[in-house]
Amino acid sequence: MPVQDFEKIFQDKIDAEIKIEPRDWMPEAYRKTNIRQISQHAHSEVVGMLPEGNWISRAPSLKRKAILIAKVQDEAGHGLYLYSSAETLGSSRDEMIADLLSGKAKYSSIFNYPSLTWADMGAIGWLVDGAAILNQVMLCRTSYGPYARAMVRICKEESFHQRQGFESLLVLSKGSEEQKAMCQDAINRWWWPSLMMFGPKDSESTNSDQSMKWKIKRKTNDELRQQFVDMIAVQVKVLGMTLPDDKLKWNEARKHYDFGDINWDEFWNVVKGNGPCNKQRLAARNKAHDEGAWVREAAMVYASKKANREKQEAA
Amino acid sequence: MNIQIRKYYYGDIPEDNAGGSESKESKVSPATGGGGNWPLWEVFIRSKQGLDHKHVGSLHAADAAMAIENARDVYTRRQEGVSIWVVESKFITASNPEEAGELYEPAADKIYRHPTFYELPDEVGHM
Amino acid sequence: MNSSLIDYIQHLADNALIMAQRNAEWCGHGPVLEQDIAITNISLDLLGQSRNFYQYAAQLINESEKSDEATEDSLAYLRTERAFKNCFLAEQPNGDWAQTVLRQFFFSAYQFLLYKKLQDNTDEQIAAIAAKALKEVTYHLRWSSEWVIRLGDGTEESHQRMLTAIDELWQYTGELFMPAAYELESGFDVSSLKDDWFNKVVAVFEEATLPVPEKCFMQTGGKTGIHTEHLGFILAEMQYLQRTYPNAEW
Repeated sequence: MPVQDFEKIFQDKIDAEIKIEPRDWMPEAYRKTNIRQISQHAHSEVVGMLPEGNWISRAPSLKRKAILIAKVQDEAGHGLYLYSSAETLGSSRDEMIADLLSGKAKYSSIFNYPSLTWADMGAIGWLVDGAAILNQVMLCRTSYGPYARAMVRICKEESFHQRQGFESLLVLSKGSEEQKAMCQDAINRWWWPSLMMFGPKDSESTNSDQSMKWKIKRKTNDELRQQFVDMIAVQVKVLGMTLPDDKLKWNEARKHYDFGDINWDEFWNVVKGNGPCNKQRLAARNKAHDEGAWVREAAMVYASKKANREKQEAA
Repeated sequence: MNIQIRKYYYGDIPEDNAGGSESKESKVSPATGGGGNWPLWEVFIRSKQGLDHKHVGSLHAADAAMAIENARDVYTRRQEGVSIWVVESKFITASNPEEAGELYEPAADKIYRHPTFYELPDEVGHM
Repeated sequence: MNSSLIDYIQHLADNALIMAQRNAEWCGHGPVLEQDIAITNISLDLLGQSRNFYQYAAQLINESEKSDEATEDSLAYLRTERAFKNCFLAEQPNGDWAQTVLRQFFFSAYQFLLYKKLQDNTDEQIAAIAAKALKEVTYHLRWSSEWVIRLGDGTEESHQRMLTAIDELWQYTGELFMPAAYELESGFDVSSLKDDWFNKVVAVFEEATLPVPEKCFMQTGGKTGIHTEHLGFILAEMQYLQRTYPNAEW
């Protein structure tokens, strides 16, 4: 069968909402786009452990400590599910991690911002996880089967992440003046980076949008960003806090909130490695990886010794 | 098909636009990669007594015993299971999707295998 | 007020909390994702145990003082170095993976025997907490034993690292079995667990091709609040927010 026919069968399946599974024929670019997107998503989960892990030892109550540990651990799990689903496309976890550690592969820029106070734990849960969840809910219907299934599992587990973040801020918002200030400050610092998480404006795109056609992505950046702004603009009132945007305003005609301009220079700078914590984040991952090398090797050597012994005993 | 992807999404930043944050030299030798060459295992979990084991995903482990424990730690953190199977991924043989036509379509027209094919008088009741 | 019982419960709680705090330092930094998750699970189990014990201790304190001021958090966050009664072993630094898994193995083997005995304690609350925790600890012991064996009988490097870890930690194991006064009054004579613990260590070390250390001087003090210098730093970090913003709700 000529390639064109394969491509047609492939696109027909996508159009008919039939999931693509690992051994199905797929265009090379579809495979590559998925590997890149899934592995970047996995890297984001794993690097995302760092800004929050940073506060585990200082969590202000035993309950908050347990919640935070469980949440950061979930992120390790999510990274693992995602690496697993990318592995079904023929890319090994070793290769993907090597690309992360060398700086070749990217991860969500938001994690290159520092977590400075305890309120950041709440703001990350509410805003960063909130933004991520909108993407992830959409990705539960993505066309590649293993990715979609991983996302379903992740969304189920994530549902507590945003809630715990908001609840934690709610307590601060009702606390002392210092706690209120801490809460507002965290919202101020995390708001714009959260909006940037959705990526550049739709109008920046000039070419045909293959990811939409292939249903890897099912909503545009601007659609998701607007959905996020509409949601947060309401929730922030419950906290009695404000968002740091004087252009934020309900637009009755659009039935949406209008909001101010995002600083795209900052966005691309952080992506390119000039964020406040890019170096520290990668250094931390490299350190864990390098210091774990002898552990991973020893486990393999022991496993093969043991297998040999069992073979000899059986003989 | 000329494919150009120029739209950047969360979790999908093209490398050509990403610039260098660190050295491009990979410091990772293959022997000490992310899984430390620990093989890949497929994990099947029985969510409760009476149900089949169901595939839930995969993970890396040095041997079978570790794979069971890793599966316990990774896939049953919220009481998702009461029993775990693991099998090294390389031992799974899968049917070829390109043969789906000859493998599965011949079953499609054998409608007489299904109970709804047979019309019985109402007086018979449930059968 | 039965102060020795309260001391005893806080001792059990402090052990679990400090171990949890140490293990949680690995979160995000483990040698491989699967084991990052595993060590964090252990940390969460231990944290849960410590909360159960602190809550019980707080209840007893409040009953005896006719107040409601003691909480799990006041006990964890507002006591100072000299009041903490955890053993030395728990507060030792993570070191490398070898030192962490060995510390866990020594500790879990001890906790396993301890909880097994405590599940029949006449104090029903202690018995209930121990019975629940025993399931968790059984798994910790299995996990840590396997890692000790794997690293001991792995590569030359991993074997050497285990030897270094034994050298580092062995001196803190004796204290586990030297009963403090509050243990004798309100718990039981922990020295009775020593032989079973030692036999377990011998069996695992044998499989791990590791030597059982000669008798050496055993450090003591942690249980009575004379700690190594590490504890002060652990508490400084852990208690920072509660100390900086007194009486705040979180």
